[in-house]
Amino acid sequence: MKIGVVVFPGSNCDHDAWYAMSHNLGQDVSLLWHDSPSVGGVDAVILPGGFSYGDYLRCGAIAKFSPVITAVKRFAAEGGPVLGICNGFQILVECGLLEGALIRNVGQRFVCKTVSTRVETTDSPFTHLAKQGEVLRLPVAHGEGCFIAEEPVLDRLESEDRVAIRYLENPNGSMRGIAGILNEGRNVLGMMPHPERAADPLMGNTDGLVMLTSLIDFAPNDYAAAGSSAFSKS
Amino acid sequence: MSTLAPEAIAAHQLTLPEYDKILSLLGREPTLTELGIFSVMWSEHCSYKSSRIHLKKLPTQSKHVLQGPGENAGIIDIGDNVAIAFKIESHNHPSFIEPFQGAATGVGGILRDIFTMGARPIAVMDAIRFGRLDDARTGARNRRILQGVVSGIAHYGNCFGVPTVGGECVFEACYDGNPLVNVFALGVFKHNEIFYGKATGIGNPVIYVGAKTGRDGIHGASMASAEFTEESKQKRPNVQVGDPFMEKLLLEACLEAMKTGAIVGIQDMGAAGLTCSTCEMGSRAETGVEIDLKFVPQRESGMTPYEIMLSESQERMLLVAEKGREEEVLAVFRKWGLDAVIIGVVTDDGMLRVKNHGDVVAEISNRALADEAPLYNRPYTTPLRVAPLDGPTIRSNDLGADLKALLGSGDLSNKRWIWEQYDYQVRTNTLAGPGAEAAMVRIKDTETSIAMSLDGNGRYCALDPREGTKLIVAECCRNLSTVGALPLAATNNLNFGNPERPEIMAQLVESIEGLAEACRFFETPITGGNVSLYNETLGTPIFPTPVIGMVGTLPTGLPMPLAFQAEGRRIFLLGGLRPGGDREFGSSQYAKVILDRLWGTPPKLDMYYEKRVQSAVRELVRDGLVDSAHDLGDGGLAVALAEASFGPQGIGADIRLDSDRSQELVLFEESPSRILVSTSNPEAVRAAAAKNSVEALEIGATLKARVVIRNRTETWIDSSVGDLYSVWNNALEHLLLNPASVVNA
Repeated sequence: MKIGVVVFPGSNCDHDAWYAMSHNLGQDVSLLWHDSPSVGGVDAVILPGGFSYGDYLRCGAIAKFSPVITAVKRFAAEGGPVLGICNGFQILVECGLLEGALIRNVGQRFVCKTVSTRVETTDSPFTHLAKQGEVLRLPVAHGEGCFIAEEPVLDRLESEDRVAIRYLENPNGSMRGIAGILNEGRNVLGMMPHPERAADPLMGNTDGLVMLTSLIDFAPNDYAAAGSSAFSKS
Repeated sequence: MSTLAPEAIAAHQLTLPEYDKILSLLGREPTLTELGIFSVMWSEHCSYKSSRIHLKKLPTQSKHVLQGPGENAGIIDIGDNVAIAFKIESHNHPSFIEPFQGAATGVGGILRDIFTMGARPIAVMDAIRFGRLDDARTGARNRRILQGVVSGIAHYGNCFGVPTVGGECVFEACYDGNPLVNVFALGVFKHNEIFYGKATGIGNPVIYVGAKTGRDGIHGASMASAEFTEESKQKRPNVQVGDPFMEKLLLEACLEAMKTGAIVGIQDMGAAGLTCSTCEMGSRAETGVEIDLKFVPQRESGMTPYEIMLSESQERMLLVAEKGREEEVLAVFRKWGLDAVIIGVVTDDGMLRVKNHGDVVAEISNRALADEAPLYNRPYTTPLRVAPLDGPTIRSNDLGADLKALLGSGDLSNKRWIWEQYDYQVRTNTLAGPGAEAAMVRIKDTETSIAMSLDGNGRYCALDPREGTKLIVAECCRNLSTVGALPLAATNNLNFGNPERPEIMAQLVESIEGLAEACRFFETPITGGNVSLYNETLGTPIFPTPVIGMVGTLPTGLPMPLAFQAEGRRIFLLGGLRPGGDREFGSSQYAKVILDRLWGTPPKLDMYYEKRVQSAVRELVRDGLVDSAHDLGDGGLAVALAEASFGPQGIGADIRLDSDRSQELVLFEESPSRILVSTSNPEAVRAAAAKNSVEALEIGATLKARVVIRNRTETWIDSSVGDLYSVWNNALEHLLLNPASVVNA
């Protein structure tokens, strides 16, 4: 599978996503510079963690105006899978591909730790190889990861089965313990935890692999004609 | 040219003999700009004028060392054509005046020292020291300083994208008015990717890159070379403001520009900014550097040449490119959206010539500035004696309560409140992060990992700077050996008081000599470092506080268990009990926390024995013959047993001792050269000990959920692991957020 990892000025987990996908999982990974007008024929896009454009103003607020985000939006509209991790999630929320907002952690401090999360749906390109309710120990590292949205939005996310991962230990005060959500088309996932940091046996944690291999195993052609339910592998 | 008033000379912290030397070097009176340039280059911070003759005693070479002191960072070879660059730097004074920015720019500065050599930073550690958090008078300020320093480190390192993988945090009254912030950084590169700070090639263009120059940080280097007084707060504008995003761009752009092959020399603008980078690059290459300030990107209007030359604005680099290929370099910086401007040229006359719109405003020999700073052999007597030789009679009522008090003290408590604010995983190399015996990062695409340890001990050094410093080196080496690594080289940060006081100068001299002796013995040369003097507030000096950063290598993929792994394993004390005396007990954490006293001497160190213990544990860990290994340090045997019980399984220990000595000493003394191991293979432990001629004393077995320590028929301690863990785990948060409850407890 051909995977594009977007590089903004200030991205700093771009290399980690690239390494996990290319070295740990043997995929063909290219880096997409922030001013690229297209995503260049990749099968999936990863928006990595970091501090895009210094995260000035608001996390992800400047990244949403970059040329590559226009291209990513087009790619997503055509059904292409997009995984936003940490700062990538913040950017997806800022640019309107996902709902809600990510604000300063409850406690006001940056938090780096490994927390237990639960897979809430397997109906997505990112979780179809996981078991429903599977507990994944995933690293988080962020200052602004508290997910908030209005109650009706939260209710809709739940009723449409679009909460992909939930914290069992909530590190940031996110409403309803939400750690990652899908868009309506189920091909865009934003999540604060870092699966790419839990993808190498040497690091002592491989719980993130199931999400990355789900994405790889998701055949590129599947989404071209896919309706939302097509993501379930039965 | 008008004659400079004596007040102007004094205001630049130059003595009259120093000024006379300037007159003779120039053959005329300096301009104000030149006076400013001399004052920063000849400041203690930049010139090491009080310490240099003693620093020459340090060993600096080995078969692994590619670059010793004198460059931006030391470099050692780790095999497979891979090298690492590392160094430590202090930011003590700025962190007191403005904790957040002071600490943040400390991180920024040391990171630039690493990547200016071409290495990509892959690890940071911090040794930070503060006054007591629960002190009625100073506690509130100390808590505020700690919180500012920690968030400053987090802010800069996290955004830049370098993991903060370890360090230490210590509380002591002597740091009340003078916190210490020492930042260590390490980077990795291939041998053919190394760059030096040399302005070679007559006619080559000199290029300024990075942030614009503002009025921030003017005279920071001189400020860092003076004692604190009541007026120090007014020096806040001297503290620079950091922008980690800019630094991240600068890193990527510099590494990419280096790949063009068109860069011949590069140096960051740190202390003394444009002044230091120009004259040092020229001096190293024995060339001249001529610049015109009109080309320097400026953030503010109306800046004088004096201000531009002395500004310490952050995130700036100076580089020299190959003539005719400058466009290749400039294009890379344009891609990253950074200013990159040709501001001058390398000349053949050895002079730093600074022009402002064509008019010469300073003209000084590079050598005079960088290499001919005054060198002082300051008088020294015997080290300041801070405590009596003999201590009180000790009789504990409750050893279990003592253990809990120690685990709940600031120094020994779990520091997770601090390190959970640091991204310790970014770049996915961290094999062992904060809280481990030694931090460990793998080097991708090789079979090698780097282990590192950062340690200091002001109490030991206050009682005996020479022996205390040797103990710190031994402990660093022991930490590395305990995870299976071979110590290779070290960097040092010497934090001391005012060297113009002979009893303080004596502390510095003895500490350096102890450092030299231990580093020579353990074959860990010093490849660079930093000296921070004048750490005094209102005439009260800090404890002499050398901090050592030690690095070593080990094969990637070794198990590195710190905590007990399973029940029913045999527990050995490699090195044995090694009993110390009453006087040595005065330097212990027990004396500090339980008795609130300091007396006597540091523990005795037998370096030969120490080295053999280290060999034994290294062999056992590398061959996978032990389940866990944890060295005895602060708090001695009892604290080590508790810490080894804090693994995820909560496995404790059942210890049976047979000693005639006092219970407090046996449990809490801090004799070096001891490592606690658990194993299912006691014969292997005995064999490794015998082979290395050290004792392997079997003291008990692992046990579920309790720590029990008996001596003959007496039970000294019987505690649940859960209780001990909870005290240890929550103490720092209580101290920070609710200190009153701790004081009254």
